[in-house]
Amino acid sequence: MTGAIESCVHCGFCLAACPTYSVLGEEMDSPRGRIYLMKNVLEGTLEAEQAQPYIDRCLGCMGCVPACPSGVAYGDLLTSYRAKIESERSRPLLDSVTRRMIIETLPYPSRFRAAAKMGKLGKLVQGVLPDQLSGMLNLVPERLPPPVNLPNLIPAQGEKRARVAFLTGCVQTVLAPNINQATVALLSANGVEVVIPDSQGCCGSILSHIGEEGRAKTLARNNLNAFAQIDGEIDAIITNAAGCGSGMHEYGLLFKGDPEETAAEAFAHKVKDITVFLDELGLVPLPKNQPERRVAYHDACHLAHAQGVTDPPRNLLNAVPNLTLLELNDGGLCCGSAGTYNLEQPEIAAQLGERKAQAIVDTGAEMVVMGNIGCFTQVETHLAKMGKQLPVMHTVELLAQAYR
Amino acid sequence: MNTESFYQQLQEICPGRRTLTRDVDLLPYESDALVAFSTKPAAVVLPESAEEVVAIVKVCYAAGVPFVARGSGTSLSGGSMPIKDGVVIALNRLNAIKHIDPEQRTAVVEPGVVNLHISNAVKQYGLYYAPDPSSQSICTIGGNVAFNSGGAHCLKYGMTSNHVLGLKVVLPDGEIVEFGSESLEGMGVGPDLIGLFVGSEGLFGIALEITVRLLPIPEQYKTVLAGYDTLEKAGDAVSAVVASGLLPGAMEIMDRLALKAAEAAVKTGYPEGAAAVLIVELEGESQQVEREFEHLVNVIEGSGAFEIQVAQNEAHRAKIWKGRKGAFSSVGRLSPDYIVQDGVVPRSQLGKALAEIEKVSNSYGLQVANVFHAGDGNLHPLILYNGREQGALEHAEALAGEILAICIKLGGTLTGEHGIGIEKRDYMPQLFSETDLDAMYAIRNRIDDKGIANPGKKLPGGEAPALKMHGMHPLEKAGIISRE
Repeated sequence: MTGAIESCVHCGFCLAACPTYSVLGEEMDSPRGRIYLMKNVLEGTLEAEQAQPYIDRCLGCMGCVPACPSGVAYGDLLTSYRAKIESERSRPLLDSVTRRMIIETLPYPSRFRAAAKMGKLGKLVQGVLPDQLSGMLNLVPERLPPPVNLPNLIPAQGEKRARVAFLTGCVQTVLAPNINQATVALLSANGVEVVIPDSQGCCGSILSHIGEEGRAKTLARNNLNAFAQIDGEIDAIITNAAGCGSGMHEYGLLFKGDPEETAAEAFAHKVKDITVFLDELGLVPLPKNQPERRVAYHDACHLAHAQGVTDPPRNLLNAVPNLTLLELNDGGLCCGSAGTYNLEQPEIAAQLGERKAQAIVDTGAEMVVMGNIGCFTQVETHLAKMGKQLPVMHTVELLAQAYR
Repeated sequence: MNTESFYQQLQEICPGRRTLTRDVDLLPYESDALVAFSTKPAAVVLPESAEEVVAIVKVCYAAGVPFVARGSGTSLSGGSMPIKDGVVIALNRLNAIKHIDPEQRTAVVEPGVVNLHISNAVKQYGLYYAPDPSSQSICTIGGNVAFNSGGAHCLKYGMTSNHVLGLKVVLPDGEIVEFGSESLEGMGVGPDLIGLFVGSEGLFGIALEITVRLLPIPEQYKTVLAGYDTLEKAGDAVSAVVASGLLPGAMEIMDRLALKAAEAAVKTGYPEGAAAVLIVELEGESQQVEREFEHLVNVIEGSGAFEIQVAQNEAHRAKIWKGRKGAFSSVGRLSPDYIVQDGVVPRSQLGKALAEIEKVSNSYGLQVANVFHAGDGNLHPLILYNGREQGALEHAEALAGEILAICIKLGGTLTGEHGIGIEKRDYMPQLFSETDLDAMYAIRNRIDDKGIANPGKKLPGGEAPALKMHGMHPLEKAGIISRE
């Protein structure tokens, strides 16, 4: 941690890229302020408890990382710091309850499905619940789509150009199984054979993000095993969720010094976002008779900032005939969803959500696409609040449709 | 002073979480972008209107408590560093662009508006705000006014003072005054009070409203990179370009060490193996730029460059500038700490100054990275050191002092754009005579009789006063200056 702290020269370039700084305008809620607070805590000149509200308010969006000329590894610093502090801290009861619900349900599709159904019952008594729990219920969808079981092997259509393994994920399989369907259809249409190991589960990123390192490792270990059992060579491990991709790229760090370190690094090396993989492979030409579409693209933080993936999705969308791609004029600030952030910091999350929705509306787009399920509900909710019911889609959904 | 009632008054003006007094909230305000100096303030207040700022200043004046205004805290001279036991007035929430007049090409903005946000807001009219400090994506216009900030393109267009038409200011005693006017025509009547205020480093009060002048966005840019095998050749090329009659938008030099840091940060593809790279940017109407470009290439070819690159497109140009503008901070990749100097030499002395700096740094055994606004002779040597080593900071500061002495000796000055702040304050007597300094004090004491507006900055003289300053100035006491 000292390396990351020492490389910060306090220049302030990160301030412009920080969503909480842009909302609150306070030094403590900026990357350089947080680094300074962490430094004081680690050096023993400040109590961890005092600094914690400011560390908790960090979205972990990584917007500051590409903005930092000095190359501060803020993500590594934050993850390590949170893991260290989390093992030592006590939380207020309500926080603990919320957190427990997140830890015990989100990573497990069957439990999450059950919880979401219970959440519908909870809505009946929402009025008398504390804000935090009430906020959680707002995010429970009115209706869950029926579960979809994908086969273990989806053959390539036409000439076989590549063979990949696919991480189906956890929350996404419950909330939007159609994204996974679109992903395999798109890959298959592009001559890619897709293998889906049965025993895979949540990649653990969401837990690692909130400082639950031990639990995250257990889940990650399970996936290392699940993907190791695939017969034959694969060209990549594909994910369509930005949060999972960025977390899995950090498996090497997660298992640093453990027996799994080498295997974890090899795994991380194979992980590719679907858009990166397809952009490198090159799309099979799309049918020419496409409708006219004005599409806004929203950069998910864990794709754009954490993985530096900004061009590939745009390249793919630009390859769709008659599609006009529109850019948001908001400096790429986080939409406020950020994993479990909209549950933990509802007020700031709401302000960021409003700004994002406004920036989307300002482009004059008819629909908005993005590469992360995490942003969907947040963007949809805030567009709806403005009375704008724009379709919100995953990049792969639009592309898969275009092949039909 | 009754401390309790003072805080209470601040609380009444900025209630709740807008008056900060706990350690955890004050620590992050301890220093700005100059981390070698830090002081914890007594309080940080976050006003949301000009009226609140005025009320805070009045309360401070009545109690004799010093204050400093702060924007994004990007000062490289410690200008926005807190005063011990004083108040930090953080102006970030005064960030409204109040009025844009595309025909007059002016905008009226609050002090907390970020420099680049002005250009973003007026882009739709084909206009922009010209002064471009490297921190323009985050530094605020209030700070630009206080420090008369410059930037790469100030070679052609001038510094902040050339772009401020009007000011509404609260003086240290709470009085509100207005300088200049909202139009170009209003200039030139009476003394240039804007010239007095811009660059006064917070000693004369706080700007509440700033009328800036806007320029039409150039039709075309042409950005040229030239690689040289010695730093001196690059320095001499600058004089050759100007002597040939060209006035580029910007002329910048980065040396080997600075290039290494910038390349690590942005992967621009600066000419490989260069001891120095000269960046020249031509801008204006397309026809003119094309003709100037031919001329420029001839001059550069004749100056001994071993490689010439031209920015291929807007993205490439943006990358070249990102590398240049982030160069200071990227040096954080090479060294845990550094001091940035900001001395100026006459353009004709550039080559000589660089050679002397190299000689003296070698004798100190310290690495110095050079990245600077070559066109106006504004040097930015970055002295690399490790603050964890005993005495390293003092050693680096001693070298910084020698570099400034070189600049003064060659007919230059202490600062081009970062300001004197806390950092170069004690070098002022090397540049100014007792009479000069005396005059500066006389003006300051007339405007700020209690010495509460950012005391301890800019003007030399011992410790920053903790609460109030009466009687003889410390320099007078020390016999350095006199009023006789």
